[in-house]
Amino acid sequence: MTRKQKRLSVIVGGLAFLGAATGLTFYALGQKASYFYMPADLTTASLQPGQRIRLGGLVEKGTVVRGQGATVAFSVTDTHKSVKVTYTGILPDLFREEQGVITEGAFGTDGVFIADSVLAKHDERYMPKEVADGLKAKGVWQESKSE
Amino acid sequence: MVETGHFALVLAFALSLVQTLVPLYGARTGNQRLMAVGGPVTVTGFALTALSFAALGGAYATSDFSVASVWENSHSLQPLIYKITGTWGNHEGSMLLWVLILTFFGALVAVFGSNLPATLRANVLAVQGAIGATFFLFILATSNPFIRLNPAPIEGRDLNPVLQDLGLAIHPPLLYLGYVGFSICFSFSVAALIEGRIDASWARWVRPWTLVAWMFLTGGIAMGSYWAYYELGWGGFWFWDPVENASFMPWLAGTALLHSAIVMEKRSALKIWTLLLAILTFSLSLLGTFLVRSGVLTSVHAFATDPTRGIFILCILTLFIGGSLALFALRASQLTAGGLFHPISREGALVLNNLFLTTATATVLVGTLYPLAVEALSAGKISVGAPFFNLTFGPLMVPLLVVVPFGPLLAWKRGDLYAVAQRLMAAFAAALLAMLVTGLFVNGASVFAALGVGLAFWLVCGALTDLAVKSGFGNVSPAIMLRRFAGLPRSVFGTTLAHLGLGLTTLGIVGTLCFGTEKILSMHAGESVELSGHTLRFEGLYPAQGPNYSEQRGRFSLIGADGGVSAEITSAKRFFPVRQTTTTESGIETIGFSQLYLSLGDEGTDGSVVVRLWWKPLVTLIWGGGLVMMAGAAMSLLDRRLRVGAPSRRRKRATAMPSAGVP
Repeated sequence: MTRKQKRLSVIVGGLAFLGAATGLTFYALGQKASYFYMPADLTTASLQPGQRIRLGGLVEKGTVVRGQGATVAFSVTDTHKSVKVTYTGILPDLFREEQGVITEGAFGTDGVFIADSVLAKHDERYMPKEVADGLKAKGVWQESKSE
Repeated sequence: MVETGHFALVLAFALSLVQTLVPLYGARTGNQRLMAVGGPVTVTGFALTALSFAALGGAYATSDFSVASVWENSHSLQPLIYKITGTWGNHEGSMLLWVLILTFFGALVAVFGSNLPATLRANVLAVQGAIGATFFLFILATSNPFIRLNPAPIEGRDLNPVLQDLGLAIHPPLLYLGYVGFSICFSFSVAALIEGRIDASWARWVRPWTLVAWMFLTGGIAMGSYWAYYELGWGGFWFWDPVENASFMPWLAGTALLHSAIVMEKRSALKIWTLLLAILTFSLSLLGTFLVRSGVLTSVHAFATDPTRGIFILCILTLFIGGSLALFALRASQLTAGGLFHPISREGALVLNNLFLTTATATVLVGTLYPLAVEALSAGKISVGAPFFNLTFGPLMVPLLVVVPFGPLLAWKRGDLYAVAQRLMAAFAAALLAMLVTGLFVNGASVFAALGVGLAFWLVCGALTDLAVKSGFGNVSPAIMLRRFAGLPRSVFGTTLAHLGLGLTTLGIVGTLCFGTEKILSMHAGESVELSGHTLRFEGLYPAQGPNYSEQRGRFSLIGADGGVSAEITSAKRFFPVRQTTTTESGIETIGFSQLYLSLGDEGTDGSVVVRLWWKPLVTLIWGGGLVMMAGAAMSLLDRRLRVGAPSRRRKRATAMPSAGVP
């Protein structure tokens, strides 16, 4: 190989590598990113069966049922609609009724959302940012509530 | 005292302006006296910032609730240690710590940079001053920690309970030493661009700073990971949380910089690339500061969400990243390209390292910023988590790890891949053996698990091979070998340790992910549970009282082989009345390199309690490997000190040379 060819092959190799990495990244973004929904959004959303999403809202008052073992059932609401959720595991310390929560998982065949993770990460208002923004958009956010 | 601190901060801001303008003008006009102003001003600026920080620390230590920041983040019942660490456990205080470290590094250049060319030193200090000035202004305008409250409240609102932990005392300062340490590399790069000149001595100056910053950043990330592991009670060591990524991106870019700076120093090649990488690394540090401090992300790190702060930091970001890259575009063509090399060579290996690391950095960057971009375009809210990073970052890292052992064994300029492969046969055999043993004799080992263990052994043995080959193992008598070994340059040990640490971390990750087991169950007092051969008995819940919390302690006994109690493990639910928050204290028992980890859930109505148990094989190696990497960086630094130093140290260098000549 001449010098020019060598240099060309190095450049082509590098570009092919970068191209492959870019392709992989966009493929992964399409496949692995999960969308965030509030319960009322679900009526208009077209979800594939088993598609992973993040469901956020408030834990509806009086719906938390601790079943046998470590399974917990509760409803997530945005005050317009509510969705039943089941979760097996330890709820985060910040999980409580009428507080914001984000669950991640997929809908089962019976329409119950089966969560495999429950997040109650929050800012100082005890409200995940996504949930707060969603509630504001739906006009049910009360600014004074946190004080 | 608080007003003294406030005043000192304003003075430090004014001095940083002087530090920016005067040396810069001096360097342009060739005025020695103006250039010399930079040093003393920088040191004074650091002293004033330190005074300011001490004043705030004092207010926290004495629980002076007339200061708004103290009132919001402290409580009189908190233990003294957490009162003090609370100084940087909030937005204002942590920004003050940021500039304190920035001015500290500037002062180090001022003090130890007496043998730098005068104009380079002046320009470096000026750039450092400019970064400082913008952040001082940011603090004074939007995040002033010294604002008083009148009337003063009687009691504070307490520090966020998850931050009341010793891990937090160490994590932010280490992380900032790393983040901000890269500012020196940035300043050197911009100074070189201003001068339009760059040479190997520039690289000799930049490399130790990169090493220092990288060492602290490694420690900071490892510490943060361990803190999240035991404090959050989820048992995970890395969550691909945007805030974690914010510190991980400068680390990846910094690792690339570390390697390309070697090429530049030893071979005068890759000059322009190294310069660009130095700029990018600090830009990623700034981006990390923006992501964490602006409140665009929600996490324990986002202490406050004030939009003006975000916009302010965004302006700083644009100014420095845009400015430096524009300067780069203008001046890079003036810099001369360096030596040539064959693709199969040490340089070639380091270029490959850079290609992989920068691409990996880019994927992490895309994954971190994509949700923000989607939200800004109001196309919905998405989250990009572990599945994305496993699919993109993983495939990029694995080939890199495979080629790591080849790098240090290849010769400069033109290497012999076949000879290197021969030398690595022993390491390869060891890796293959480890793979087979794992695959055949460990229960439930998947193909991936076996490959992962093999990869980790490959890295560890490959790193040791380098040391063995360089001390002449198998070629010379043991006595000579030992002498050669002792005479190897410290940087060789540094490389070995760093790569060894990488292998150990890999082993820890593979062990935890592939062989870990977990159980969730509800237990009554007196019940026992078995997990991966360990039997645990739940002894019951006991209430206890802390200084500013009350807790329910779940006591567990680890039953030994003889039926007796071999260890007691306690996990607790802590309730902090001031913030009305509960935290979980996990119970951890270390057995060898592995850990038994348990955390308490909710109490049932029938007196049972939900317990989550994990068996985490080799998990401590994840952070242990980080410590070994830090030791490697420290070792390399010791080597540098012998060669780059005051002229009086040159004699030592001459005596060190013969041993340095060992290939």
